[in-house]
Parts: sequence; structure tokens; C-alpha cells
Amino acid sequence: MYAFDLARPTSVADALKALQEEDAQPLAGGQTLVPTLKARLAAPSTLVSLRGISEMQGVCHDDQGRIHIGAATTHAAVEREVAKDYPGLAALAGQIGDPAVRNRGTIGGSLANNDPSACYPAAALGSGATIVTNAREIPADDFFEGMFTTVLEEDELIFSVRFPVPKVSAYAKFAQPASRFALTGVFVAQFDDGVRVAVTGASEDGVFRWSEAEDALGRDFSADAVAGLSVPAEGMIGDLHGTPEYRAHLVGVMTRRAVAAAG
Amino acid sequence: MPKDEQGIGASTKRREDIRFLTGDGNYTDDINLRGQAHVVFLRSQVAHGRLRGIDPAAAEAMPGVIRVFTAKDFESAGGLPCGWQVTDRHGQPMKEPKHPILAEGKVRHVGEPIAAVVADTLEQARDAAEAVIPDIEELPAVTNPKDAASDASLVHDEIGTNLCYDWGFVEDNKAKVDAAFEAADHVTTLELVNNRLVPNAMEPRVSIGDYSRGTGEHTLYTTSQNPHVIRLLMGAFVLGIPEHKLRVVAPDVGGGFGSKIFHYAEEAFCTFAAKAINRPVKWTCQRGESFVSDAHGRDHVTKIELALDKDGLFQAIRTDTYANMGAYLSTFAPSVPTWLHGTLMAGNYRTPLIYVNVKATFTNTVPVDAYRGAGRPEATYQLERVIDKAAREMGIDPIEIRRRNFVTEFPYATPVAVEYDTGDYHATMDKVLEIADAAGFEKRREASAKKGLLRGFGINAYIEACGIAPSNLVGQLGARAGLYESATVRVNATGGVVVMTGSHSHGQGHETTFAQVIADMIGIDADQVDVVHGDTANTPMGMGTYGSRSIAVGGSAMVRAAGKVIDKAKKIAAHLMECSPEDIELKDGKFSVAGTDKSVAWGDVTLAAYVPHNYPLEEMEPGLEETAFYDPANFTYPAGAYACEVEVDPETGKVTLCSFAAADDFGNVINPMIVDGQVHGGIGQGAGQALMEAAAYDATGQLVTGSYMDYTMPRADDLPYYAVDHSCQTPCTHNPLGVKGCGEAGAIASPPTIVNAVVDALQRGGHGHVTHIDMPLTPLRVWQAIHQR
Amino acid sequence: MTKVSMTVNGKPATAEAKGNTLLVDYLREGLGLTGTHVGCDTSQCGACVVHVDGEAVKACSIFALEAEGAEITTIEGMAAPDGTLSAIQQAFQDYHGLQCGFCTPGMVMSAAALLKENPRPSEQEVRDYLEGNLCRCTGYHNIVRAIMAASGQESAVAAE
Ligand SMILES: Cc1cc2nc3c(=O)[nH]c(=O)nc-3n(C[C@H](O)[C@H](O)[C@H](O)COP(=O)(O)OP(=O)(O)OC[C@H]3O[C@@H](n4cnc5c(N)ncnc54)[C@H](O)[C@@H]3O)c2cc1C
Ligand code: FES
Ligand code: FES
Repeated sequence: MYAFDLARPTSVADALKALQEEDAQPLAGGQTLVPTLKARLAAPSTLVSLRGISEMQGVCHDDQGRIHIGAATTHAAVEREVAKDYPGLAALAGQIGDPAVRNRGTIGGSLANNDPSACYPAAALGSGATIVTNAREIPADDFFEGMFTTVLEEDELIFSVRFPVPKVSAYAKFAQPASRFALTGVFVAQFDDGVRVAVTGASEDGVFRWSEAEDALGRDFSADAVAGLSVPAEGMIGDLHGTPEYRAHLVGVMTRRAVAAAG
Repeated sequence: MPKDEQGIGASTKRREDIRFLTGDGNYTDDINLRGQAHVVFLRSQVAHGRLRGIDPAAAEAMPGVIRVFTAKDFESAGGLPCGWQVTDRHGQPMKEPKHPILAEGKVRHVGEPIAAVVADTLEQARDAAEAVIPDIEELPAVTNPKDAASDASLVHDEIGTNLCYDWGFVEDNKAKVDAAFEAADHVTTLELVNNRLVPNAMEPRVSIGDYSRGTGEHTLYTTSQNPHVIRLLMGAFVLGIPEHKLRVVAPDVGGGFGSKIFHYAEEAFCTFAAKAINRPVKWTCQRGESFVSDAHGRDHVTKIELALDKDGLFQAIRTDTYANMGAYLSTFAPSVPTWLHGTLMAGNYRTPLIYVNVKATFTNTVPVDAYRGAGRPEATYQLERVIDKAAREMGIDPIEIRRRNFVTEFPYATPVAVEYDTGDYHATMDKVLEIADAAGFEKRREASAKKGLLRGFGINAYIEACGIAPSNLVGQLGARAGLYESATVRVNATGGVVVMTGSHSHGQGHETTFAQVIADMIGIDADQVDVVHGDTANTPMGMGTYGSRSIAVGGSAMVRAAGKVIDKAKKIAAHLMECSPEDIELKDGKFSVAGTDKSVAWGDVTLAAYVPHNYPLEEMEPGLEETAFYDPANFTYPAGAYACEVEVDPETGKVTLCSFAAADDFGNVINPMIVDGQVHGGIGQGAGQALMEAAAYDATGQLVTGSYMDYTMPRADDLPYYAVDHSCQTPCTHNPLGVKGCGEAGAIASPPTIVNAVVDALQRGGHGHVTHIDMPLTPLRVWQAIHQR
Repeated sequence: MTKVSMTVNGKPATAEAKGNTLLVDYLREGLGLTGTHVGCDTSQCGACVVHVDGEAVKACSIFALEAEGAEITTIEGMAAPDGTLSAIQQAFQDYHGLQCGFCTPGMVMSAAALLKENPRPSEQEVRDYLEGNLCRCTGYHNIVRAIMAASGQESAVAAE
């Protein structure tokens, strides 16, 4: 690791101030950033730890029944705290990494990082969540910009994530055998006004909505309704663990399984 | 079988566990020497290239940097030696290009060390290593052992070929084998790949060199399975340090599986550099670095043919293998595809004629050497896969075809130069079918089918050769070292015993099992026996632990040494009791005179040996300490039968290993609990090879699976409980304990069992076109196999 | 370098750390607690698992400064002060849940975290919980059995 300072602010204001420094970078759970630093793939001057900021921690509800999750809330905490109110999201959080990773990794870090095979992007996009930053509110539909890129500006901090709660939902994840990230993961959520289907792990453009399936499921929320549908292999990721054809195939399989599980 | 809680046959709890369970172990990385410097190796990022120059000046000027080393600094040193010379079909020695400590003139694989930066701290060394920029002209890379044979791109220009050797075995059988194929009723052919693996002991390698100007003594602390071998190879062939000035210590070692047998560049470097800078030098391998610097395993491309008569009796076997040596010959690399592989091609069967051809080639990949099983998994895999395929083609049950061909009379001389001393292959087959509940398979298959899953049953028989020896034979076969083992048994005045063994324990539990044997022989409490290993300063010259040889060879040496001790102790006891030594019996720690009630305790005799007031000094020296070197007469031949069940999800191609059963014949068993554990671990690794693991190179020679992000390690939730049994015992006929060795069986026999089960599942499940899938059987590969009609 | 203090195995501890000092290096190099191991550089092997304020954490993936003031438990703190093994440690010995011992500290710490959350896990729950702990020696069989036994449940397989 290159040398850097570690700042530990206790308020958002102090964190934003610390981030003003040249090449300063937020540190949330570190479950992505620390291995990156070890590989010397990043050289921040200062890491600004978000863990001590209580405003960014925890889960609460608003009067419209939406769930607000602080950006620095760990996967484990999400799994625990939304288990009753949003079981599909809790189950997704519980499938991220292993217990020790879930005790540190955060929802804000995961969304900011936008790994093309990460799980949370599917939940955010599949729920139609809103990403709340220090500067603005960004609908999930506008947030993700392809592999490892988002619309976040430099020094923009995710503050919280606001989830509308669907009637039913489920996440079906086919794990890449080695890393156990999603080789293909599908999050399905049924709302009063329609169904959202978000796919992670599969596309070279990162997480995406499968509108054809959404339409079909909007008419008939059953695994059979999507049985005949498929996504084209073109644009899917091809690597050792899956060809584009295989991933395209898995999108169909995992969508059906998610619908069946949400059922 | 357990007699009591501590002797032979008891599942004695391991004494080493206490330190490992409390954080009190002493692994090499736990050692820090005063004033130590740290080294970071600059490793090649390209697979093949001409090294036009290296400029260390910028790095040398950086903070904390003590010195930057390049090949120039090693002009007086030798290359890393190869310990086994194979002679080819034409009587010519294999090609043996130099294996430098730091790259000379060319880089030949990703990960090859080019320069070494030594600095006060690790981070300083890392910073400086980034400032060393080698000037490399990239050349085309070759990674596949078969492709390399075309010589389109030469790994070593000076030898003019990529072929290390073209080995035929048994060359005299070739014509007869060909004739048998002409005459056969049925021939089954299978082309397959034995996938390349990264051993991945959980403890990464570490070396610390130390040097004392005052005494001229070098000490190397290193993660090794065989410190004496390292001392000999490094001292005599690389650095020219006489053995009495070189101490090699391998303290607690966190798993080896073969990868810590070999003498590595980093060991020689740290030893050399410690003297050069007059400070201890420490190297700790990072995991990413171990992927490209630990010797890999397997990597064979094979075509096997089996000739059968109309009853399914095997007539002949012919194989054609390309074996990947990697860029350089690692310590025992040439022996793996030859003597550890060709000699096992008879398996458990009476095949009269066998011919094995192996072409070993150099490629732009990490050196390949022995990995758990070494050669024997490759032999077993081909054989057991082709037998399964033949059974299907001929419509014979796969269990039945094996039974028809089993060797049943012993000793049995195979057509591939070895003689099996004992065995009972029907017994282990019966046993495995029982513990696998083969009878209940059909019901379970139906239950799986209801869930949309295809269930299959896989069967396999195996034999392996362990306790690799004897020295005069392996010497004829090209080994440049002896393969005996040694032990010193030292009895202290108050009766405690210290066993100093040349074997090395890195998970096998020798400290417990060896003590069990001694406790049994003398009749004292096992707590009174200590086992010392891993330090050349306090153990006799021994060859270390690999090839399932510790109890069979090292244990035998210890039994011999203890026998000598007991003989002497009986003479002392006879003197004390004024009778003849022949009348003395040793039982339960007491020497008694046959037919009388006279006795003396073990402790009285040991005390007399060191306080020889009443002692036959004119006949015997005082003291009670003996050393023995044991060189066995033959290999040992563990054998057995394995079975497993899998479920295949046809929609995703995902294979679930539902159950696994192993019936092994290891001869006598010292500690059943430890033997079970060895089999479990081997099955885990074998399941990894069958379903998950692959060291994959791309066309440019980059290792695509260079971290745990892409190299799939088996995890707890990938594996079931295993049913293991070793109650079928035909004791080895030629070692004193009647033991055969159990360390590798699981890794040898499980891959074909699992692949056979997956093919069975697909065949039964309506995918009859799938007759083979190359390992690892990842979801992608299985899905592709199902859909490639 | 600044001095960083935390409570380690019930006792106050202080050692030097920089911004980029990992907790695992603080423990191993700073405090000499070498029972916590490093088996990878990608946060995947779990050889380094310790408890930070009662939760299982990979000590290779957090900085020492982040743990300032925290309660840390390492493998060295698992046995009673007189050396008596904890129930989990004892079960690992009784069921031969370790061979080379390198993964063992992380395994024991993960197992302890599991049993705190879920005192009577099923076999599958044990296997799932160990997702982040690699062992190359045991094939996991005896590790799972040991944890089942430590939770007071004899496992389904007959003890061979
Ligand atoms: C072994 C292992 C297995 C894993 N498996 C999975 C898996 O199956 N599925 C999955 O989805 N993920 C997986 N992960 C990744 C894990 O979920 C990470 O926790 C997550 O991707 C990043 O979150 P973090 O809090 O650790 O962020 P960090 O690593 O601290 O930061 C990641 C990036 O986000 C930035 N950042 C952090 N917080 C904010 C914020 N509030 N606002 C703006 N930028 C911010 C950081 O500067 C950094 O660039 C795994 C990780 C490991 C180590
Ligand atoms: S050292 Fe591998 S996860 Fe921490
Ligand atoms: S006991 Fe060796 S890695 Fe687990």
C-alpha cells in the first residue's frame, strides 16, 4: 500500500471537509477498497472513514412506507433490520460475500463502486430506489453508468438510499464459482403499478433492466410468463466462468427462479 | 481396533493441536530476526521476452533501499538443480536448461523473478521495486504442452527444442501392444486433459536468510517439507556452502501438498543476500505472488486407448501424453509424468500389455512439479475414465467390468515394472458399495428427478505406489538423491524419549502418531515421547515428507532405531538382573526375566545407561541413543474403491456433490482419526480438481486464474460429509509396521469418481451424447456439454 | 506513526500504527500476537478473522486506526487464562478439525461468531457460515463436525 492518512470524522460536514483535500477518498467498509489498495491500484492521500458518522448509519421508515438506509450501514445490518419489511432486500444483503464481509461492507460502498457483478445495484435498480447524496437525489434509473462508473461527482458522498417497498420481491443469484459474486443475478419486484426486473453480473454495461420481462410479468406475475423470453448474447460478459451465450441463458433461468421465489 | 487411548490403532488426539488452537504455533512468517531487511522480487509481467537490460539505479537511490540484486550478482552461483534425470526412448538424457535464481537474458514465464530489492522495510522495498523497470522485448508465448511440441516458439533457444524428453515405457512392449490392438474385439479411445492446478497450501511460502560473520554459519528458515533436501541442493549445487555451515529450519508449516518440496529461487536468494548485506533477509510471499511462483501440478494432455476382448477383459493399454514442464525443470518435475505415472498404468487390473508414451515439453508457464498424488492421479484418471467409457460402449456394468479384471493373486508383477505385494480389490469394492448405499441409489435418483435434477452414481478403483523407494531402484530410474529415511531415538536418563526424525510434519500429525508407535513398543506413556522434526541442526539427514512416505519409510526408520535402543536396554537390564539378554522381555515399560518374577523398570535401566555405576562398561558404551536409516525393499501399494453421487442441474449446468464414499486399504493403521482426516483432505482437493480448479493461461501466457477471485477453491458449502472406511487391511509385507501410507489416496481416486458420476447423470438423464467432459466440470462446461449436440 | 490503543483479549494494548497499518499487522507485528494469520491478499481466505466489538471481521481488511478503542478478541484470547480450551477449541481437537493449523485461528473465530448468533445451527448453516474461511487440509468434514459438536449436536454422520 502507498502511504496515506486516515481521517475519522464524526459528522457529514467534517467528512465533506476532509474530502476537499486533493486525492482524498471515502472509506466505508473497505471490503473493496482495502484489497485495491493492497494491490497498489489506488493512491489516495487521505482516506476518510465514514464509519464514525452516525447520521449515515442505520435503517428508518418514512410516512410513505419507504425505507431509508444510511450509506454506511453494513450488509449484515440491512439483512437484520429489513427482514420483516423488505424480505427480498434482506435476503439479497444476506447473500453478499461471507459473514465477515457483511459485517463491514456497506450499501453505499457497494453502490458507489458499481462492480458489474455486485448484488446491491440489482436491488437498487430493481426497486426503483433513490440514491441520496450530499448534493442531490438520484433515481436508480439514472445512477449507474456502466462497469465501475456512476453519475457521482468527485467528492459527492452517498448519504442514504431510499427504497419503495414492493408487494413481493426476490433475488436469484447464480454465483461465479470462485469469487461468489453474481455471475448472473436477477432482482424481481412487483409493485402496484408494475414489475421491475434488474439484472446484474451479466452485461458489459453493468446492471440493467429487462423491460421485456417486466412487461410480461406486469401482465402475469408467474415464471411461465417469462419462459419464452430471452436476452441476446451480444453485449453480455464473456470470461472463463461464462460465455455471453451462457450468461444470456442464465438471465432467463434466474428471472424465472426469482419470480417463483417471490411468488 | 483401538487397544487403548495411545498405542498403535488408537485415535489419540493430536498433541500439536494445542499450540495451533491457541495461536501458539511457530510458522516461518511468525519469526522476525533482529535487524532483518525485507526483500521484494520484481517479477516478469510478460510470459516470454528477451531481457535487454535492467536499470536498478533509480531504485537504489530510494529511501531505505539497501541493495538491488540482478542476475549479475549470481554469476558465481549455480542454477537451481533438478533432482531427477529421465532418459528418453533413445537412451538420451533429458534436456536440462539452466534454471537461474534471477532471470538471465530472457524471461520465460509470468512471475519469474528478474530483480530483488532489499530494503529496511517491506513498504520501502515495494516502493523501490516499482522503480526498477526492466527492458524486455516481448516474444510469442506458448503455454499448452502439445502446442509447444511444434517448436514454433522456443522457450530455451540454446537447446533448440521445447521437447525435454520423449519417454517410452516399456519400450520393448510397444510392438506387442500394437499387435494386441490389431487383434482386439473392442477398442475404446478417450482424449482428455488433466487440468493444471495451483497447490494453494493456505500458508504462503516464506524464507528468512541469516548469516553470522563470527562463525561463518548460514541459517535458512523456510516453509519446506524437507529441510535436509533443501540444505543439500542449495548448499552443494547452488551456493557452494558446505553442509556443516548451513542450517535449514522448517518450523510449523501450513500445508505443503508437494509445493513445499522443491528448492525455490527465493530460498537461495535470502541465504545469499543475508551474507552479502550482512543482515537477515526476509521474504514473505503474497498470495498473488504464490499463484505465479509456487510450482503448479498436473497439466497433462492425453490420449488413452484400451483394447478389450468380447467379454470385457482388458488386453492392452496404449497412452500418448504431453506433459507440461513449465519454463524450467523444478526439483522433481521430470519424474512425475514418467516413473510416478507410467508405473501405475496397470491400475488394479490384469492388463498384460501396456505402453506409455510421454512427451514432456517446456512452455512459458510456471514450472510444474509434484502436487498431492503426483503422476498417480493422472494415471488413475485416464484409466478409470476409459474403463467407464468402455463399459458403457460394451453394455457392461461399470462395477462388473472392473471386477472381471481385478488382480486377485499376489504378489503380482505388472507389465509396467512394479510388483504389488498384497491387496484385496474385491473387498474394498464390496465395502464401498455398502458404505455408499449403492442399493438405495435408484430411489434417490427418482427423488432428484422430481426436483428437476439429474442424479448420477460414480465408481472407481485405484492403486497407488507410496513410500517411494528403494534408493538403488530409483537411482537406476534417474533419481539423483536417495529415498531412505532416518531417525534417531534418544532416551533420556529419566526414561523420556525424544525421536528425531527426517520426516517432516506439516499437518500430518507425526508428533502424535510417531509417539504412539514408540509408546507401544516400549510400553510407556505417549506423553513421555517427544518428536522433533524440521531442523537440520537436530535431526539426522532425512529426505522429508511427500509421496505418503512418512509412516512407511520414516516410521520404519524410527522402529528400527527404537529396536536398537530396546536391544541395548535389554542388555543393560540383563546386567542389572544378572541373566542373559535373551531371557529379557519388555512389556508395559518393565523388563522382566522370563519364567521368574524378577523385573526392573524402564526408568531404572535408562538411568543406569547414563549413571553407569553398575554397568557392563567393558562390553557396552554408556548412553541410550540409536540412529537408523531405513531404505525399503519396495514401494507400498495402497488401493481401494471410491463411489459418489452427484446432482446436475440441467438448466444451469451446476453439479452438486451429494455424497462421497471411500474404502481404502492402507494396511495397518496407527491412528484411525488421522487417517480419516488425510482421506477427507484428499477428497476435498480431488473434488476441487474435478469440479472447480483450473490454472488457466491465455494465449499471451497470462495466468487468468491468478487469484481467489478466479481460481475456485473448494469451500465448506461445496462439499458433503464423506463416508470413509479403512477396515479392509492387507498389511504391507515388507515394512516393520505393515503400513502403506494414506496421504494421497483421496486426491488420486476422487477426480475420476466424480467425473464418472457426472457422465452417468447425463447419460441417465437423456444426454447420451455426453461421453466425456474435461475437468474442471464447471457449470459452464457442463451446460455447454449438454447443449453441444 | 501514532500510538493506537484498543482492548485486546480483555487487556489494554497500545502499539504504533500508520494510516495504512492493517489491523492484522498491528496485531502480529505491533503486539506480537502471531496467532492471527495472513493467507491471501484479496480478503477471501479468512485466516485473519478476529472479533471486533464482538463481530467476526477480516483483520486484513480493516485498518488499525479504525479499531481504535474497540474490543478485539483474537485466537490467543479464546482459552481460559489457565489454558483450558474453550468448548469450540476443544471440539476442534476432539474431532480432528485441524491439520496444518494455518486456517485454524480464523476457523475458530468464525465458528465462535456463528455460535453466538445461532447456538444450534444446522449442518448447512455451518457450511454456509464458513463461506469466507478456506481450508486446504481437512476437506472441511471434521471442521463442520467439530462445530456441530461444540453446539451440543452430534452430527448426522457416525463418528468413524
Ligand atoms: C470476499 C468478498 C466477497 C464479496 N462478495 C460480494 C458479493 O457476493 N456481492 C457483492 O455485491 N459484493 C461482494 N463483495 C463486495 C462487498 O460487498 C463490498 O463491501 C462492497 O462492494 C463495497 O462496500 P464497502 O463498504 O466495503 O466500500 P469500500 O471498499 O470502503 O469502498 C468502495 C468504493 O466506494 C467508495 N465509497 C464508499 N462509500 C461511499 C459513499 N458513501 N459515497 C461515495 N463513495 C463511497 C469508496 O471510496 C471506494 O471507491 C465482496 C467482497 C469481498 C471482500
Ligand atoms: S488474509 Fe485472507 S482474508 Fe484476510
Ligand atoms: S488445517 Fe491446514 S488449511 Fe486448514
